[in-house]
Amino acid sequence: MTALSDPIEVSPPRDAERFRRWLRGYGLLSPALAVMFAMLALPIAALVLLSFWTQNGFELDRSLTVENYAQLVRLKDEPTIWFGIPFYFNYPVPAILMIKSVIMSLTATIAVIALAYPMAYFLAFRVHKHKALWIIMITIPFWTSYLLRVFAWKVVLGFNGAINSGLKAIGVIDQPLEFLLYNPGAVVITLAHSWVAFAILPIYVSLEKIDRSLLEAASDLGDSKLKRFFRITLPLSAPGTVAASLLVFIPTVGDYVTPTLVGGPGGTMIGNLVQELFLKQNNAPLGAAVAITMMLIIALIVAIFLWAIGYRRIRARRM
Amino acid sequence: MLNKLDGLWVYAIIFIVFLYGPVLLMPVFALNDGTFATFPLKGFTLKNFASMAQNTSMILAFQNSLKIAIGVAILSTVLAMPAALALTRFRLPMGAPIQSFMMLPLVIPSIVIAVALLVIILKIFGIQLSLWTVAAGHVLVCLPFCMSVLMSRLEGFDANLEEASRDLGCSAWQTFWRVTFPLALPGVISSLLMGFIISFDEFVIAFFLTGTENTLPVYLFSQLRFPNKMPGVLALGSLILVGSAVLVIAAEIIRKRGAPSNNPGDF
Repeated sequence: MTALSDPIEVSPPRDAERFRRWLRGYGLLSPALAVMFAMLALPIAALVLLSFWTQNGFELDRSLTVENYAQLVRLKDEPTIWFGIPFYFNYPVPAILMIKSVIMSLTATIAVIALAYPMAYFLAFRVHKHKALWIIMITIPFWTSYLLRVFAWKVVLGFNGAINSGLKAIGVIDQPLEFLLYNPGAVVITLAHSWVAFAILPIYVSLEKIDRSLLEAASDLGDSKLKRFFRITLPLSAPGTVAASLLVFIPTVGDYVTPTLVGGPGGTMIGNLVQELFLKQNNAPLGAAVAITMMLIIALIVAIFLWAIGYRRIRARRM
Repeated sequence: MLNKLDGLWVYAIIFIVFLYGPVLLMPVFALNDGTFATFPLKGFTLKNFASMAQNTSMILAFQNSLKIAIGVAILSTVLAMPAALALTRFRLPMGAPIQSFMMLPLVIPSIVIAVALLVIILKIFGIQLSLWTVAAGHVLVCLPFCMSVLMSRLEGFDANLEEASRDLGCSAWQTFWRVTFPLALPGVISSLLMGFIISFDEFVIAFFLTGTENTLPVYLFSQLRFPNKMPGVLALGSLILVGSAVLVIAAEIIRKRGAPSNNPGDF
């Protein structure tokens, strides 16, 4: 710094100067921020507002009411049985679909982490040559059309699909296996496949950041490879792993494309209900209430998850 | 080489096969001379690709997607550049929460973004749905991606170069065009390509926000219901996959050229 030879420069910038700097910074930010407000904050606010209105046939009743939310939780005496669980809701579809969506997306998230972690570990510790090539190879699928990646599974699992016709051609089966497509299992497999590439990168970054001397120290002090992994590698890669699981779980709960294409009647999720209420049943206010409730439930699950694993502690340890 | 073939290597190879296998079946069946996507393969044909040339509704949808994607890529990069500069070069109070806010579209399910935009467009403003509304929705989802590409690029080179330029008498505007922009150019190009790909491939928002005109993914989706359209869908899908892959590779190669970055995430 030239400041050493020039004592005037050392004095801290005056408040006015700092203020002007902030003003310029916010000025540069403002176009993007304005777009985000107009196209994210405002629409979400409008969605919340709409959920307190009601639809009367073709008329939109703009008086504020909690009727839509009440409809989601109103009880009746006769339970609707779903997989042996009694639901005492008068309109049980949203509750059932919500629970189903959370379970399906949780299963997919666990599968994604289980598949992605070894791959990220491999990239961080085993690949020494052509690392960039490997990473590009893993990121390409994530950037190519989501719709097509889901459709690919329809080609694989379908009644006349690759697995069925392939097994038939080599004489393993006579009749196509119908249980492959159009069920929750197909949705979970497809979701896991679609999102696994996205999960590798955050895990890889946190593994790559681990100070290698810590691993050497653990070995020198007598830890076996397995013990070292559980005591050093796994805890230190936790921030990336947690981030990856949230990046997969949050968007997949509300996914629309996958259940629509490979779910069939049994594999529908909450996103299908939102779409139907908005575009087919012409009940946008109820659809808005379902969408808002879904977001709140997702946020609650994420908060409970972060609290349960002590995320603050994990993050602090990394520092 | 042989002693390297341990469990993890085997796993990595199986993983890549799992990742690419289902998707690569699409071009295989598209080049197959049969009405269904089934084994055994019947023979090689290009007729599925040749017949695309006559499909006017598909070509129209392709042109719509192209227009939207080009516009969206430019607009989101133009919006993201100053924002990325502000967040990397000015230590702003509230910088971190603003950045998290900007990244929100990444974690909100796209169906929620789609219906929220639908509500404000139809019920509040009463604007007609069109390709313009689709493009608006796409700018929103592309912004966070463009921002993170540009921010990692701006963090990757020495900000002292900009200060030197200011000290030598350049205005902020001159500094931007003579120093910052040329150094950030790989990031800018990769941001343009990313925005293009995301918009071109995006389905849910386009599905909700389009009027009477189709984008290519919306057209593709409408064809999926008809089993006899399968060969055409496979051919179109294969071309889209190849096109996107080429653009992604280009974006990644351009992004990592030039000044090295010390963020392990962008190798």
